[in-house]
Amino acid sequence: MAITKDTVKYVANLARIELTEKELSHFTGQLDRILDYVHKLKTLDVARLEPTSHVLEMKNIYREDKVKQSLPPSEVMKNAPAKEKDLFKVQKIV
Amino acid sequence: MRELNTLTAHELIALLNIGDISPIDICKGVLDAIKNKDAKLNALVHFDENKVFERVNALAKKDGTKALWGIPIFIKDNICVRDELTTCSSKILDGFCPPYNATVIDKLSQNGAVLMGKTNMDEFAFGSSTETSCYGTTRNPWDLERIPGGSSGGAAACVAADEAIFALGSDTGGSIRQPASLCGVVGLKPTYGRVSRYGLIAFASSLDQIGPVTKDVEDAALLLKVISGHDSMDSTSVNKPVPDYPSLIKRDVKALKIGIPRQYFIEGLDAEVKDSMREAIKRIEDMGCVCEDMDLPHTEFAVSVYYLVATAEASSNLARFDGVQYGLRSKQAKSFIDMYKKTRQIGFGDEAKRRIILGTFALSSGYYDAYYLRALKVRTLIKRDFEDAFKEFDAIITPTSPTPAFRIGEKTQDPLTMYLSDIFTISANLAGIPGVSVPCGFTRDNLPIGLQILGSPFDEETILRIAYNYEQNTDWHKKRPKI
Repeated sequence: MAITKDTVKYVANLARIELTEKELSHFTGQLDRILDYVHKLKTLDVARLEPTSHVLEMKNIYREDKVKQSLPPSEVMKNAPAKEKDLFKVQKIV
Repeated sequence: MRELNTLTAHELIALLNIGDISPIDICKGVLDAIKNKDAKLNALVHFDENKVFERVNALAKKDGTKALWGIPIFIKDNICVRDELTTCSSKILDGFCPPYNATVIDKLSQNGAVLMGKTNMDEFAFGSSTETSCYGTTRNPWDLERIPGGSSGGAAACVAADEAIFALGSDTGGSIRQPASLCGVVGLKPTYGRVSRYGLIAFASSLDQIGPVTKDVEDAALLLKVISGHDSMDSTSVNKPVPDYPSLIKRDVKALKIGIPRQYFIEGLDAEVKDSMREAIKRIEDMGCVCEDMDLPHTEFAVSVYYLVATAEASSNLARFDGVQYGLRSKQAKSFIDMYKKTRQIGFGDEAKRRIILGTFALSSGYYDAYYLRALKVRTLIKRDFEDAFKEFDAIITPTSPTPAFRIGEKTQDPLTMYLSDIFTISANLAGIPGVSVPCGFTRDNLPIGLQILGSPFDEETILRIAYNYEQNTDWHKKRPKI
């Protein structure tokens, strides 16, 4: 087994997704099969290789630090599931 | 005269130029086709006829700077259009209307194109069949019992069925090219950095590109020219001049050297696809190209690398869908964190959950080195394979998909089998290179087969030139499904 139910449960919590018991066992089996497949990467010697996180040769992109017009708060807030004035409203955090 | 909805953009532009037709005629033709066909296909997800007429009536006067004046276009549902539903075919973005346009949308509007509506897709582009959409699957116009491919299945199906003139899709691992192949149309994934990703709802930021889905190669060149170019709103967009693709692709292809990678003729490659490929290669040789067998040695590792890298990036990108700022919010939660978890439980479909969990796993402490980092290192090998190949070859030709369109439901129970249907397309995203799929034949069951042409970074011109010349020598792209 590359992955157990407990690991899937742990990772789902990290990802902030609640899973039903059924989903948990279903996903565990499927993820196990996928991880088993990707194990073929272990057959390669990667010790001397640099990772490619990005294909372009990128340097930092700078711009002038100028104030530009941004979207009005009313526009930004219009999709909010709950709001009060120009603030997103959620349950009590602390 | 052929009905207007069946024409290409460049054919319509010619008719508009001589004043034979007006933009409203084109829109009416397209709207009629939608009324006749889309109930069967389910290619469109957000579409409002009245708004289309408003936009046509509001069109600015025609002038020489507007390359697509009066031409209707459909947009994949993961590209932001201001004040229009943009939901990635996911419940979690239910009701979301972005307050801004993607850069490609502004470019289309500046060029006089008429926005029609949004096309169906796999939820967040997670899939190869459009079956993971919260709006139900799109059907393949060549056989309604089959999938159209994915994730841009809605875009490919509506173009193939002449419900559209052309469309914009997005391609993270083949999501433009594979459905184009399975629906018998042309699909182009540009070089990473060629087209701005600003306003494309991110799946895997190092792999995503927006690109055209069209009825022929000339339209792909036309649309690519309009959407390409540097954009200060996307730090990965590259500042290189945009060539005049539509004229450049009409040059001949004599003496171009083309590689045929041995690793793509594998077990599992459908016999009819293989035969079509062989014939297409012969045809391309007759055009004056030199085709030679060659190797891309690390091809067999591409699917593994992709499903670690793409899911890792997706797990991070999709963290923003938490019920706070937009979209769905669970009302059952007892606490703030519980609200996150329950919102994501009801908002995401199975495949989205599976990919977020896989990606989070690959990035999590204790597994990062063994999975994510190792995948990035093997990605270096895949990229090098192509760098070496393009020292010797001008382009590479492969099948786009190992099989023609499969049946609805055939692969939904086994995610790994579904992932393997991307086997020929994902390397291009990992290496950042451009690729185009063009129709190259049909199976005995009358299902389209596609040919993929891959090129070196920012050399869309060469692959489109080969595709254009091939198309001029064949009739595959002229066949249309009867619905």
